[in-house]
Amino acid sequence: MTGILQYTFMQNAFLAAVLVSVACGLVGSYVVVKRIVFISGGISHAAFGGIGLGYFLGVNPILVAIPFSIASAILMGLTSKKVKVSEDTAIGILWSLGMAIGIIFINLTPGYVPDLMSYLFGSILTVPTGDLVIMFILDIIIIVVVYLFRREFQGISFDEEFSQVMGMPTTAIYLLLLSLVALSVVVMIKVVGVILVIALLTIPAAIAKQFTYNLGRMMILSVIMGMLLTTGGLYISYLFNLASGATIVLVLGLGFSLSSIIQKSMD
Amino acid sequence: MRFQLLKELHYLWGIKMALNTVEMENVSLTINKQPVLQDINLNIADDDFLAIIGPNGGGKSTLLKVILGLLKPDHGRVTVFANEPGNPNNPVGYLPQHVSFDPDFPINVFDTTLSGRYHGFFKNYTDEDRERVITALKEVGMLKYQDRQMSQLSGGQVQRVFIARALVRDPKLLLLDEPMASIDPEMQNSFYNLLSQLRSRMAIVLISHDVGAVSTQVENIACLNQKLYYHGPVENSEKGLEAVYKCPIGYISHGIPHRILKEH
Repeated sequence: MTGILQYTFMQNAFLAAVLVSVACGLVGSYVVVKRIVFISGGISHAAFGGIGLGYFLGVNPILVAIPFSIASAILMGLTSKKVKVSEDTAIGILWSLGMAIGIIFINLTPGYVPDLMSYLFGSILTVPTGDLVIMFILDIIIIVVVYLFRREFQGISFDEEFSQVMGMPTTAIYLLLLSLVALSVVVMIKVVGVILVIALLTIPAAIAKQFTYNLGRMMILSVIMGMLLTTGGLYISYLFNLASGATIVLVLGLGFSLSSIIQKSMD
Repeated sequence: MRFQLLKELHYLWGIKMALNTVEMENVSLTINKQPVLQDINLNIADDDFLAIIGPNGGGKSTLLKVILGLLKPDHGRVTVFANEPGNPNNPVGYLPQHVSFDPDFPINVFDTTLSGRYHGFFKNYTDEDRERVITALKEVGMLKYQDRQMSQLSGGQVQRVFIARALVRDPKLLLLDEPMASIDPEMQNSFYNLLSQLRSRMAIVLISHDVGAVSTQVENIACLNQKLYYHGPVENSEKGLEAVYKCPIGYISHGIPHRILKEH
């Protein structure tokens, strides 16, 4: 295993896997316990609009994806609360609109767009050092916000109505949580791509949830599981020369199956 | 605050008089163009044990949500402890319906109860908060389950934890939304025993669609089906119950163990 770490791109890839695991462990735990998996899928696909816009403007697509995905997260959260359509309909509409906007912008961009596929399906082997710095900063922001608002996030996830009675501004907190989902989506895009992001957001947290009844411990456990399974997937993809993002997701899925069996046998 | 002051003045003057925790005047509310509450006038005294009874969809939960400030009425005036409803300082405890929370959520009994002591952004729970949680859990008989995960409790136990979560705020008014719906009939007696313990410290309002599930310990009854058909002592509530259920009272309370109304 040490042999492959002599390449800079491999070092970057392993660092990226670790950084991604922090975001998906913390935010993914809320995604799983608050059951906002579908809206998170919507946010990750809408983020592709930001990627397209970044290409069109000629700036780092990741930097444009940050405000774009936060804006679409807030729009989805508000639409589902204020407009008279059911929540899943609102998400479905914004999900496809975001993708469409991304494709149109890439269409309008002159010349050949080289690594478009890497944003759709991920390419952890080509993560530049600059993107690692962005991912690191986003991870820090996510950790700080989760720590500061842990009581509120737990409150709205467990019993939103009671939290409102206690005087929490529940809608604002929900939108803040969706913004965190948006930030973690951006952290993950380079690694597994828009389409596979949802696997990283849900699977480590779903594994952890089987073994603990404490949200804090669930987060720590899911960060650890994320690190083990993503680096493991990365290593396997290197050994067998497979697509890294897809291999990571398959390893995550395998990990979930195994953990379910272990959990069942422990009962 | 004003409420406490009035209460102390009454005490000083030696007046024994019930103050109103909730005052509603001509309250109406329409949701999706459907009238849910029409012209409700209702005062709840500070020593009341009131059951609000009516059919499903009759506006009972809506009425509680108006008192809690979760819904704003279109017309009329509501004060809760002489404040706006929804003021976080109002000493109101609330037991939601079983369906409003996720039973699978990873949280234990102690932390659930502790969340009732929430102080606002960036404010940690204190040792006093934790002591209050212990006291409240002891009172509802759930202290030995304090480390238990919420999903491992029975319906009746969950309810007790949620009452503890309401009690840690020192409520002077306890609102219970369909408390009987999620517990076994044999648990109902012990649940009412708990409520009768709490009665000396606070007004209690419970809502139920099932006349049979309301105990004899209840003092007053309000019959609600969009309009308030009756509000007063249990003994005279027959006409009101007939009006909201649109059938003779014999059918309403037929064959149910906890009948509140005498045979006739």
